[in-house]
Amino acid sequence: MRFAVPVFPGSNCDMDCVHAIEDVLGEPVSPVWHQESDLSRYDAVILPGGFSYGDYLRSGALAQFSPVMQGVREAAVSGKLVIGICNGFQILLECGLLPGAMLKNRDLKFRCEIQTLCVENAKTPFTRTYEDGERIRIPIAHQEGNYYCDQETLSGLKANGQIVFRYVDENPNGSVDRIAGICNREGNVLGMMPHPERAIHEWMGTEDGRRLFESMLQYGRRNGGAA
Amino acid sequence: MRLEEQVVKKVGNEPSPEEIRDQKLYRDLGLSDEEFEQVTGHLGRLPNWTEIGIYSVMWSEHCSYKNSKPLLKKFPTDGPHVLQGPGEGAGVIDIDDGQAVVFKIESHNHPSAIEPFQGAATGVGGIIRDVFSMGARPVALLNSLRFGNLRTPRVQYLFEQVVAGIAHYGNCIGIPTVGGEVVFDEHYDGNPLVNAMCVGVLNHESLQKGVAIGPGNPVIYVGSSTGRDGIHGATFASEELNESSEEKRPAVQVGDPFMEKLLLEACLEMVEKKMLIGIQDMGAAGLTSSSTEMAAKGKHGLELDLDLVPQREEGMTPYEIMLSESQERMLLVVEKGREQEVISICDKWGLQSSVIGQVNEGDRYRLYHKGRLVADIPVQTLVDNVPVYTREEKVPAYYEQNQKATPEKALKEIDSNQAIVDLVSSVNMGSKKWVYRQYDHMVRASTAVCPGSDAAVIVLRGTDKALAMSTDGNGRYVYLDPEQGGKIAVAEAARNIVCSGAEPLGITDCLNFGSPEKPEVYWQLSKAIDGMAEACRVLQAPVVSGNVSLYNETKGNPIYPTPVVGMVGLIQKRDHITTQAFKKAGDVILLLGETFAELGGSELQYLVTGSISGRPPVCDLEKEQRTQKTVLQAIRSGWITSAHDVSEGGLALALAEACISGNKGAKVSLETQLAPAVHLFSESQSRILLTTTAENAAEVTELAEKQGVPCSRIGEVTEDRQLIVNVNHQCVIQQEIALLGKRWEDAIPCAMSPSLTSMS
Repeated sequence: MRFAVPVFPGSNCDMDCVHAIEDVLGEPVSPVWHQESDLSRYDAVILPGGFSYGDYLRSGALAQFSPVMQGVREAAVSGKLVIGICNGFQILLECGLLPGAMLKNRDLKFRCEIQTLCVENAKTPFTRTYEDGERIRIPIAHQEGNYYCDQETLSGLKANGQIVFRYVDENPNGSVDRIAGICNREGNVLGMMPHPERAIHEWMGTEDGRRLFESMLQYGRRNGGAA
Repeated sequence: MRLEEQVVKKVGNEPSPEEIRDQKLYRDLGLSDEEFEQVTGHLGRLPNWTEIGIYSVMWSEHCSYKNSKPLLKKFPTDGPHVLQGPGEGAGVIDIDDGQAVVFKIESHNHPSAIEPFQGAATGVGGIIRDVFSMGARPVALLNSLRFGNLRTPRVQYLFEQVVAGIAHYGNCIGIPTVGGEVVFDEHYDGNPLVNAMCVGVLNHESLQKGVAIGPGNPVIYVGSSTGRDGIHGATFASEELNESSEEKRPAVQVGDPFMEKLLLEACLEMVEKKMLIGIQDMGAAGLTSSSTEMAAKGKHGLELDLDLVPQREEGMTPYEIMLSESQERMLLVVEKGREQEVISICDKWGLQSSVIGQVNEGDRYRLYHKGRLVADIPVQTLVDNVPVYTREEKVPAYYEQNQKATPEKALKEIDSNQAIVDLVSSVNMGSKKWVYRQYDHMVRASTAVCPGSDAAVIVLRGTDKALAMSTDGNGRYVYLDPEQGGKIAVAEAARNIVCSGAEPLGITDCLNFGSPEKPEVYWQLSKAIDGMAEACRVLQAPVVSGNVSLYNETKGNPIYPTPVVGMVGLIQKRDHITTQAFKKAGDVILLLGETFAELGGSELQYLVTGSISGRPPVCDLEKEQRTQKTVLQAIRSGWITSAHDVSEGGLALALAEACISGNKGAKVSLETQLAPAVHLFSESQSRILLTTTAENAAEVTELAEKQGVPCSRIGEVTEDRQLIVNVNHQCVIQQEIALLGKRWEDAIPCAMSPSLTSMS
């Protein structure tokens, strides 16, 4: 399974994602400069965290216009797996591949620490090696992770099982319904604020992120690369 | 060559050379009458406004170290592994396998006092540039902060904004802020300290230098445009703060971490492609210091055409262009003919670049503006032939008076059970999570020990090695006895490094002091350096880089003399990584070292009496070295489950911290001739708290005995989450860890916002 990690000016978790694929899956993975618009030779896309375009205007607002986003849209439409982590999630919201918007954290401060999440839907291509309702520990690091959507959208997300991760114990940013990650209706596009690539070795304090990447590979293999 | 040209006398409305002399305008720029005479001598004529501006920044303490140079010579700067000592952007130490670690600490105190967010942010940006200008990939950031009394709104504002500024820059550029320290004390009320440290890693062949060589080679400017911000920042940083300092707010620069991220990636790409002859950050004194230092180090002349410098504003004068401290700029020298390669890389990253001059034969530093020669200076007179002052030293009266003080007497009746609660609840001893939670300390996915333990640890991908790093300093000890305090700063940093399983490699230091023109302050500086230098020699930790920040005074009152030590150590194997947290019930608790009645300058003394007096603890460096050696050997043998330096707050606080961070309890029994409170809160040096499994306890005690290090078995880790301490068979502390932990975590949030207490 071939993974692409688009790199925008200001991305800073791009190499962490590349390393996670190498370490956990040992599959081919390439950073792809944002000027590239054709991602057809890849089977999955990881939009990494960071501060694309310095977060100017709004987090993720400028990245949506990068040439590489054409390739990301095509991958999403064709059913390939697309995951946006942190700033990647913000970009997926800005470009409309996922519903809702991101607000500043409730206390307006950047927050970095390991959080406990509940896997709300273990049937997605990203979570199939977790159990429904399982508690996992994954770090967050953001100042704009306060997910917001209107009541109607929220009802839709709930009804379709699109809420993939929720925060438990404490809501670190004030997000609607304690949402930490959502997917699209089809289930092949996931956006999440927590960083699974920072939870893949024991020395990191948690290895709970490994299975997310393993799920992607398992799903990809069963579906001949693409979904 | 345009040798025959005459330097213009004035540009626009600037003062003429005669006006500068007659009205003594150089004084406003921080130059003395004698220094002005010297400038005139070097030039063989009167300087124009641009030239005197250039001399004033290059001869400022910040750039020239004119007041501290003779003292800094006392530091050991060499060692078998040192690849680059002081004098370049940052120090470089070999860590085997063709790799090296690069690090430096720098102050941004004055800007942060006036504009805390941008002051702190640009402090971080500056130190990162120092590290990547060496060709290294920055891998971690640390800091060391001092603020006044947190009960005052002004201090709360400074604290909040400094932390936010550091977070803003480090988080955005994507370098983890993994460690640091924060201390609150009235003596920093008007003059906070903001010291930022950056650590980088490079392969030996990538090591760069800030030199300009090869006549005809182009000088290339890369990065942000030059604006009017930060003009005279270096001079401002070399003065005392006073009522009019607020007017110098325009001397504080504004940072753009996004731009720096692009600059970082572009420069490292050029390093990888071996395109550079010389590279230097335009930091303090901007284009002036970078270009003159590169020329002086390369023993060449240099000329710049200022019209080619990218400018943010119209109508900038040569004086403004040269003295601007606009951020995120880098100066390069490349081989003639390779300009286009540099420009292509800059274009890819969306960066401006411009060839602005060239290297010349000889020693003249020449600037052109609108076709006219606006400065012509022998370059060594700016960099090498700087005036140097050895100031008068005088032992302060307070030092003599303190000889008679007996802090232990006043404190021996203290109830230890209450004192431990009060200590963990204090903003100095309480958890710093409120601070480091705002820093992305995990980006780059290499952080193995997060902030909150003795030292932070990051692993080096592709190897089994890891780097441990910490910053340490104790202004109270240094105030009470600069020499002991200086020793302790280095010894404690090394102890923290060793407790995490690493061998100290070397240090970078930031010397934050008051005005060197005061004989008492100069005495503090001189003695502190003596103590630090000796500790560096004994503990084999050379000084490879550093920074001096003098004139830290407000309204004539100097801060506590505060040398801050940033240390980096090498962990050979990931298995050796050790933290302070108690791990398992049943583990045996050992205390290495001896406890004396040493409460001068202690946290307990400050907490109870609101001030400090007496003498600080004595640091015996031979003992220190033996203790550290023992601990490192025990860790490498795989016997140690936790290690924690016993420092501020003494044994009682070390026990509480190890319990809280491991969410365990401890039952401890001590026998002593001292009063219980004196024994428990004494800050005697060279002590380390260890735990080991019951099976390995004998091995560790035997090793300690062999090394001549006192080692006592003082108790064991328990599951019941209580800290119980008996002294001479009397129970003097019994506290629930849940309660201590809550007080410890809430200390800073409560001080910052009393209404938050009920929220978490």
